[in-house]
Amino acid sequence: MATETPTLRRTPLFEKHEALGAKIVPFAGYEMPIQYEGIVAEHRAVRGRAGLFDLSHMGEFFFKGRTAGAMLDRLVSSDIAGLAVGEARYGLLTNERGTIVDDVIVYRISDDEYMVVVNAANIAKDRAHVLAHLGQDVAFDDRSFGTALVAIQGPRAPEILASQTSADVTSLPSFGVTQGRVAGARATLARTGYTGEDGFEVFVANADAAKVWDALLGAGRDAGIKPIGLGARDTLRLEARFSLYGNDIDETTNPIEAGLGWTCKLDKEFTGRDVIAAKKAAGPKRKIVGLVVDGGVARHGHEVTAAGEVVGQVTSGTYGPTVEKNIALAYVPTPLSKAGTVLAIRIRGKDVPATVVKTPFYRRPE
Amino acid sequence: MSSVPDDLKYSKEHEWVRSDSGVVTIGITHFAQEQLGDVVFVELPEKGATVRQFSSLGVVESVKAASDIYAPISGEVVERNVKVIEKPELVNSAPYGDGWLIKVRLADKGELAQLLSPADYRSHIGETAGAGGD
Repeated sequence: MATETPTLRRTPLFEKHEALGAKIVPFAGYEMPIQYEGIVAEHRAVRGRAGLFDLSHMGEFFFKGRTAGAMLDRLVSSDIAGLAVGEARYGLLTNERGTIVDDVIVYRISDDEYMVVVNAANIAKDRAHVLAHLGQDVAFDDRSFGTALVAIQGPRAPEILASQTSADVTSLPSFGVTQGRVAGARATLARTGYTGEDGFEVFVANADAAKVWDALLGAGRDAGIKPIGLGARDTLRLEARFSLYGNDIDETTNPIEAGLGWTCKLDKEFTGRDVIAAKKAAGPKRKIVGLVVDGGVARHGHEVTAAGEVVGQVTSGTYGPTVEKNIALAYVPTPLSKAGTVLAIRIRGKDVPATVVKTPFYRRPE
Repeated sequence: MSSVPDDLKYSKEHEWVRSDSGVVTIGITHFAQEQLGDVVFVELPEKGATVRQFSSLGVVESVKAASDIYAPISGEVVERNVKVIEKPELVNSAPYGDGWLIKVRLADKGELAQLLSPADYRSHIGETAGAGGD
């Protein structure tokens, strides 16, 4: 049973979640809503209409200074030096062993200022990691605990957000970032997300979070917006085949085997670059693959078998409400990673057939 | 639908039993399905299998997690609900109706006495007597 843990944090929207009847669970040191109405209904609302997420547990690091971009370019695997003001990019914080410290999004806020959004569970670790590499003339500010993040995702998200902001969000490109007011509050708005749908992430000060939350929920009522918990956040991201740090990637996995080679700009210098380049040249021994499971739900930690032999492990698994299949990600030996390969997942002692498929499992219709 | 119907018996593990003439129907309660959330997979014993009171008879998986179902009584499985295997969401929408799981030929009628009455089950789940309708 869950016991009272006095160290759990609450986001500024905790009371909103309680009033909406959310089930609250401990997650990454926070008391977070896992579901309101139900995971499947919430998942479908985001795919078909719009959903509102409280992601205030996520960490926000700010870097300011003339050389901030160059410094981040050496810390993050992707092309940060090439980011223009108003652009964001996904990338990895890597270590000297070429494995993954965290997966992050870097936003270029202004000429000399960048925001890096990190996973909640990694805030302390990432802070230590970046401080160890911080340049002399770069000012670092960890605003994780003072910044709230409200995400609005789904096909109706642009019109709902547009009705509540001065910023021109409908013409903001994917991975674009801008400043403006939302419900009167100063906000950083980005066309980013973790659902496989169009949508936005809105960063505001803690004190403004409730105002923004209420305004967006109210403005989206006619469009059928719903508050979305972490349960549906997981099914949405898995259908879209986004990695979850701590499940699919961690400090034992390298970007190549994790299918994140595309985030590594190997013709620049960054921490662990040489190891990652060597892995790529040699070809990874194992690869993460998508599996469709026939007769059971695969879960993190389940063994993958081939002809009765254990050959790998499931890192994420669930029922995908949109694809209406049991889907999973797993590391398997490279020779068994081709689409169409039939493997099995050991569920409660039984080997249940699972077929390697191309990912993402779900792609948003154009 | 009442969340704890008066014509059933209950286990502490949140299964219900409907008893008619030596063959009993088994399912999970409204409270259990609510706790589980959206049910997406049901694993049930084959016809002819034997289940033992308070031992696992199968598994219900929700989006979130897998949960064992325990046999509230012992006996031979005479039927399993094929409809619920095809449409697991019936466990959520009709836990006492089309979402039933298996029918069992009762091995020992005395075992029924070890189950909870509707009133006892209501207090077990923290529902006050008389507040069963919803």
